[in-house]
Amino acid sequence: MTNQAQSNTNRMRHLELSDVGIDFPTANGPFNALQKVNLNIAKGEFISLIGHSGCGKSTVLNIIAGLYQATTGGVILDGVEVNEPGPERAVVFQNHSLLPWLSVYKNVELAVKQTRNGRSKAEMKDWVQHNLDLVHMTHAADKLPSEISGGMKQRVGIARALSMEPKVLLMDEPFGALDALTRAHLQDSVMEIHSALGNTVIMITHDVDEAVLLSDRIVMMTNGPSATIGEILDVDLKRPRNRLEMADNIQYNQYRHTVLKFLYEKQRKVESVSAVASLVKKPKNTSNNAA
Amino acid sequence: MIKTNIAPLMFQKMKKNVIRERVFASVNAVLLPLIGLLLFIALWAGVAKNIDTSLGEFPGPSQVWEQSFVLIDEHNAQQEKAEAFHVRQEERNAKRMASDASYEPKIRLFTGAPTFFDQIWTSLYTVAVGFFMASIIAVPLGILCGLSKGTYAAINPLIQLFKPVSPLAWLPLVTMVVSAVYVSDDPMFSKSFITSAVTVSLCCLWPTLINTAVGVSSIDKDLINVSKVLRLNAFNHVMKIVFPSSIPAIFTGLRLSLGIGWMVLIAAEMLAQNPGLGKFVWDEFQNGSSESLARIMVAVLTIGIIGFILDRLMLTVQRYVSWDKSISLR
Repeated sequence: MTNQAQSNTNRMRHLELSDVGIDFPTANGPFNALQKVNLNIAKGEFISLIGHSGCGKSTVLNIIAGLYQATTGGVILDGVEVNEPGPERAVVFQNHSLLPWLSVYKNVELAVKQTRNGRSKAEMKDWVQHNLDLVHMTHAADKLPSEISGGMKQRVGIARALSMEPKVLLMDEPFGALDALTRAHLQDSVMEIHSALGNTVIMITHDVDEAVLLSDRIVMMTNGPSATIGEILDVDLKRPRNRLEMADNIQYNQYRHTVLKFLYEKQRKVESVSAVASLVKKPKNTSNNAA
Repeated sequence: MIKTNIAPLMFQKMKKNVIRERVFASVNAVLLPLIGLLLFIALWAGVAKNIDTSLGEFPGPSQVWEQSFVLIDEHNAQQEKAEAFHVRQEERNAKRMASDASYEPKIRLFTGAPTFFDQIWTSLYTVAVGFFMASIIAVPLGILCGLSKGTYAAINPLIQLFKPVSPLAWLPLVTMVVSAVYVSDDPMFSKSFITSAVTVSLCCLWPTLINTAVGVSSIDKDLINVSKVLRLNAFNHVMKIVFPSSIPAIFTGLRLSLGIGWMVLIAAEMLAQNPGLGKFVWDEFQNGSSESLARIMVAVLTIGIIGFILDRLMLTVQRYVSWDKSISLR
């Protein structure tokens, strides 16, 4: 217990979410999506946010990114309050969000030019190349996003985010739209990059295996409205982690079990079941009407 | 044994089918439009004979065909005249220079009546200027409307109010304003030209404006977030994200605008007496000779063909600049 308190004070130095809550205005008054989210993240830590859809994971990420403003509480990064988006909190968007009219190279170059960091023209060119190298995309530098596969696009999205040299890398379900094999490839790439660069990473995911494999800590969110952090699981597995070895690792499977239990027992989505029921009913009604 | 024989046979049959389908497709692509065209010409020829106007029988295809060559001949004859005029002028000047060293040669322009082809050029030039002026106003204004809901709300009533107005209603007003404002001893452009171009502008402002506004307001929200994360300033946000992302929509608008502009131009030229195709039609109508109607029909077909070519040109440009290759443009 004292150990954990100790680590919490250390973590406080880097990224701190204190008492974060947000209301969205609706026609029927404000809708409270999040409340009392408290989280301290250490430098270089890999955090996963997991929870059912609609629980406000993305909202948390958007608040850290500065795209949303918290109604209560706030986010502090290295002693400075976050109140607008910026390249030191680069985002990897779920559907890559590359500019479709720019080549792979130019997409990364745009970010590099914007966050120049005192580089000369030649150094900027090298830096673009370096980041494309990092995600193994140099071979497609001159292709348009529409000419490469979904996994490749996401790689470029990661390269663009990394090229901003962010203090925190925010990933919003980065591999959600990819097939299982491509996803595994990219997970390995992300682990590799994380161990090489040591960025702080916050990743949203639906995938329990992904969360356990990649993270130092898994933050499990309760269901909304007024969602908050339910449990935090420390994943104490040695790095580098190998997905094949992990499959037989007892500890790994225990972590996995803990997360699954949280998602499907403690935070079972009752609402979604009733939604399914109403969906099942509907076609029946229409067929009755037709008869 | 049998098996080995069947496989190539089946392959050959398939190949034959493919070839047959391809032949059919190309025949359809060429033959069907041709049939349509021939049917139209036959119908036209049949109906034309039965329409008697005060200027004689309504021209059929053969008279129109004839007149198109007459117009070409007239153009060539006029050019020969112009050339002869310039040669004569040069000779005269050279002679006077020889006899009197202090003589400064005078060069006068040939002032023969413009031919059909000169008039086509005038029309194209006028529509290009009008279209250009409209685009220069409509694209930035459309971007502004798309970016700011307030601006859109303020401008939208004006768009809805002026969009359906016919060029013929604008023309008298434009004519009076141009004569009042554009006063110069040595005008670079004739008033009729400016009146026509401005009228064209007023009518082809709207499709570009509306399409640009819609294109800008429907930018992918994630791309806007990218811009925010990169902290692009307002200028870079517009130039690097907003403008390129709405280029497909902008060009849809430009293409519609050019089509409308070309249509409006003919009417504007008729009333403004700008020496283009519109004036040609009007002059022939006033002329009232037995060939007039056939000559007007040549103009009608020419206007159609040029309109078609302009549209194809815009389509080619649109295809070239549009980053969204998934949309099939036609």
